[in-house]
Amino acid sequence: MNAVLILIALVTVGTAIAAMAGRNLLHSVLLLALAWTGVAAFYLWAGAEFAAFAQVLVYVGAISMVVLFAVLLTRRSRDEAAPGPAGQSRALSAVMAAAAVAGVLVGAILRSPLAASPGPAPAVTVRQLGAELMGPYAAALLAVGVLLTVALIGAVVLAAGDRTGQPEDNP
Amino acid sequence: MSAAATTSESFLERAPLLLRDAVTGFLPEPARWLANSLLSIVAVLAVFGLLFAFLTLAERKILGRVQNRPGPNRTGWFGLLQPFADGIKMLTKEDIVPRAADQLLHFLAPVTLLALSILTFAVIPYGRHLVPVELDSAVLYFFAAGAATELAIFMAGWASHNKYALLAAMRALAQLISYELPLLLSFVPVVLATGTLSTTGIVAAQGGWKWHLIPHWIVFTPWGAAGFAIFMVSALAESNRSPFDLPEAESELIAGHLTEYSGFKYALFFMAEYFGMCALSGMAVTLFLGGWQAPLPVLEFIPSYVWFAGKLLTLLLGFIWIRATLPRLRIDQLTRLAWKFLVPLALVNLGTAAFWSLTSAWSGPLQLLRWAVALVLVAGPFLLLGRGLTAGLGPRTYRYA
Repeated sequence: MNAVLILIALVTVGTAIAAMAGRNLLHSVLLLALAWTGVAAFYLWAGAEFAAFAQVLVYVGAISMVVLFAVLLTRRSRDEAAPGPAGQSRALSAVMAAAAVAGVLVGAILRSPLAASPGPAPAVTVRQLGAELMGPYAAALLAVGVLLTVALIGAVVLAAGDRTGQPEDNP
Repeated sequence: MSAAATTSESFLERAPLLLRDAVTGFLPEPARWLANSLLSIVAVLAVFGLLFAFLTLAERKILGRVQNRPGPNRTGWFGLLQPFADGIKMLTKEDIVPRAADQLLHFLAPVTLLALSILTFAVIPYGRHLVPVELDSAVLYFFAAGAATELAIFMAGWASHNKYALLAAMRALAQLISYELPLLLSFVPVVLATGTLSTTGIVAAQGGWKWHLIPHWIVFTPWGAAGFAIFMVSALAESNRSPFDLPEAESELIAGHLTEYSGFKYALFFMAEYFGMCALSGMAVTLFLGGWQAPLPVLEFIPSYVWFAGKLLTLLLGFIWIRATLPRLRIDQLTRLAWKFLVPLALVNLGTAAFWSLTSAWSGPLQLLRWAVALVLVAGPFLLLGRGLTAGLGPRTYRYA
């Protein structure tokens, strides 16, 4: 059982590292989709079937599309390489952002009570998941919904604004 | 193929299981499980491979009859060997890869697409005992595997290093993403009513008959009929079938994202498209048409997989008929139909289904009220949204030139 977990972890982390190290942005996106699939495989290994398939449906099916569109629409030419680490300030801010995220994550992990040897995971049905989401976690669900709506409206505003400055039929 | 058959069932019903046990029965337990799984995979691939082959023939024959020509009739009796001739032709054709193409992705795109569309066959219950894999969230699995095919289409368009292919891939993605939403929303009411995401559970919930006459299939409820219609329209679009075949549009575009594909890779795309169509039809049968359940109690002596095959073939022939009948949409009409018509209808339909399941205890005259309210909830938004969609596009008057 542990060998499977190690394999999944290797694939997930390996594809994520390859996605960061690669110079071809499109390949990075596809590798990232593979890493998300690895996360889904981990959920499946842990017995969370619903979360696993939702992960594939949302991340591999939808989010990867959004990332691909963003990459394609923001690049000027096809073979333009990803920008390198330009200067120390950029590297410093990257390290700071990474450290902040790592600090939050490590803090959360350290503070959550993890049993030394958790027993077999309880079988959670989809019905229970739905009841949990509509009951105790309703506020969180609503907050996520509002966040996504704000993001969507922001995207529409960004996309729709400033059309007069750039006539489309001007070559 | 896991559930054990009881001996009280007819011989034909148990025949696939008996056949399987005859092949793998001598193996010890762990190896037997593996052999059974492999056998399921082989069976699914063989059945749907042959179905694909003869579906292409049936499509060409029917399109030919509709257009008043005989269709393929030179290879074998009535052209029955035509699919195999086509296969040999595709295999022996030269495989051309553009020099500037992304070699790896250009190769991986058809493979990924075909693999993902075959994955969707795993959870469809083909008969009472014929489910390759039983999952608790099988419906979600099905649509997750289906959604991942979009990535493969993008890979095909981008890796070709051809501006037509890339543009067409973006168009195809716009279409697929637009119709993903009504497709997903249209099956949510079914999950709401049956209370399960497992395909076997959904089929089991549609068993039984009212007054020994009307089956408890979901399509025979107002919201079920509307959901089925939305599902089938979205399935047409998701599988790139006419009248939504804009991504390829053989007669207008140069085959869209498949421009730079030739030979067997092109055949793989073709195969994946037909597999997707078969899988979506199978899911429609499972979700709305009672799966493998017989329509009448007296017809139960016919084995369940025959019923499933009959319903599946009916839907597939419907797909072909629609292709022969309807002209292609324009891309703006296509996305408008999805976002302004199908998505709101599917959302309203969710509300109708909620009303239906809340009022399941109503009886007598209240039953009539229940039907009336549900029918109004289905037909009202359809008419209103339809009016809005066609506003300003009144009937065209033709005059002699």
